[in-house]
Amino acid sequence: MLFKRLIRNKLAVLGALLLLFLITVALLAPWVATHNPLKINIKERLQPPSQAHFFGTDGYGRDLFSRVVYGAAIALRVGFLSIVVAMSAGIILGLISGYYRGWIDAIIMRIMDAILSFPIILLAIGIMAVLGAGFANLMIALGLVYTPRFARLVRSSVLSIREKEYIEAARVTGCSDFTILFVHILPNCWAPVIIQATISFGYAILWEAALSFLGLGAPPPSPSWGSLLADGKEVLTRAPWMTYFPGLAIAMAVLALNLFGDGLRDVLDPRIKE
Amino acid sequence: MKTYVIKRLLQMIPVLLLIAVIVFFLLRLIPGDPAAIYVGANAEPGVVESIRREMGLDQPIYIQFFIWLSRVMQGDFGTSIVYNTDVVSIILQRLPVTLILGFLSMMLALLLAVPAGILAAANQNSYKDYLFTLLAVLGISIPGFWLALMLVIFFSVKLGWFPATGFVSPFEDFLRGMQYLVLPCVSQALLACAIIARMTRSTMLEVLRQEFITTARGKGLPRIWVVGKHALKNAFAPTLTVIGFQLGNILGGAVITETIFSLPGIGQLIFNAIGQRDYPIIQGCILLVSFGFVLINLIVDLLYSYFDPRIVYEG
Repeated sequence: MLFKRLIRNKLAVLGALLLLFLITVALLAPWVATHNPLKINIKERLQPPSQAHFFGTDGYGRDLFSRVVYGAAIALRVGFLSIVVAMSAGIILGLISGYYRGWIDAIIMRIMDAILSFPIILLAIGIMAVLGAGFANLMIALGLVYTPRFARLVRSSVLSIREKEYIEAARVTGCSDFTILFVHILPNCWAPVIIQATISFGYAILWEAALSFLGLGAPPPSPSWGSLLADGKEVLTRAPWMTYFPGLAIAMAVLALNLFGDGLRDVLDPRIKE
Repeated sequence: MKTYVIKRLLQMIPVLLLIAVIVFFLLRLIPGDPAAIYVGANAEPGVVESIRREMGLDQPIYIQFFIWLSRVMQGDFGTSIVYNTDVVSIILQRLPVTLILGFLSMMLALLLAVPAGILAAANQNSYKDYLFTLLAVLGISIPGFWLALMLVIFFSVKLGWFPATGFVSPFEDFLRGMQYLVLPCVSQALLACAIIARMTRSTMLEVLRQEFITTARGKGLPRIWVVGKHALKNAFAPTLTVIGFQLGNILGGAVITETIFSLPGIGQLIFNAIGQRDYPIIQGCILLVSFGFVLINLIVDLLYSYFDPRIVYEG
């Protein structure tokens, strides 16, 4: 039923197809890429797009098409794992906060409010400045930035679910708090969490690119889309193609997740808006 | 209302305090001794030790926090490692550029987003609405920093209409100043514009379905009056929250925009400070922008009652 409603939403289907395309490219990167993305070939530096190099080459003669293809794997991996970090932490904090309420709820929620009081990119920049560039640090930084969004969402669901009769029944039959939280409450919180995760996934890709663009994300020479844009910025007038393709790739990934996320929201929970 | 304002101001205190705690401990997580970073790699151990004492680093961490907090509350954000000047004066020197950029970007976003959102809602399911939906979703998907580079390639390199980098204050030379600000503002306004437009459309759609709008139309009021006056004022309160959030994001996004266009604002200051490991500057800037963000959201909350008088503030 839900699936039928989802495939009737043309924009959501377009988003899903674009996402599927990106995942396929990322998974099959070694076969899709025409060159080794890290192989330096100074003789062929700053070549414009041609049959030999579909997207041209960069300042080290590396094939840009292959770098953009491998960049898809980086973007999807970092985006996905940072949302898994945020979702896991947010769900646990939200469940505890909403279920136990009282002082523990007050403390957790004030900390979440404080994190939400930072502009996203600024907090991520601050964390990356402290932790240093690297994939694991990127996932921690973006995960931390997005945790409060999940915590608040789960907490608000828990607050209404905990008052339901079947929770009371579970308590009376002697279920532990752990069982009540993870077996009886959590499965009923998934809809808004999945929607939030899909939309945040897109933004995590965007912020990963932004941090890598500033030199605070992926370490060189990994072909993160943001790093490719930063390389392109240095030769903007001589080799503008170096900025066209990585930017289009970021826009495509974010667009896919936004369209799919919007479609999911309409189907699963039309009340949730930006 | 007065009680509510006081209550909201008091509620701000724990949030601001927590922000200060986060910023303080964030910078304390940096590997290495801050005193050694301050004096540089070639300093003698005795000098490092005396600087440690001077900076209060020989005290327990909670004492260090309270010393730092009491200084911050007196407007002392410390001394920059690179410039060897107090952080506040450096920030104040750079702040006007970021404020001008943020203000103009938000004005541009509002000028485009609100009419577009109204137009789309008033013509729901028409080609105008579909075009709007497409442009809005593109707006939230295109990275602002990539758009900035595309604008530079097209309008600066190819057409030569606008300078690619640099800054002239519009208060000194208005026309030249604006020439330098057009591209940064457009790239910075994009995301905010798309999000505000989507919000305006959805809240307008909700309001336009309500009975008082049907009554206003039934009375024979012109459509433009019904939509522009009656509907917009009621739809604007939720949009205002989004505007507040976006203003904060514009201030945060200044790091990227100012770096690309070489604008001498807070954003560029943070970016350079990260490269130079000038932690007092990073700390001061993040604290200031975040405090600004909290203040903006407070103002937005207080403006709510103007746009929606049904909202009653209780002490």
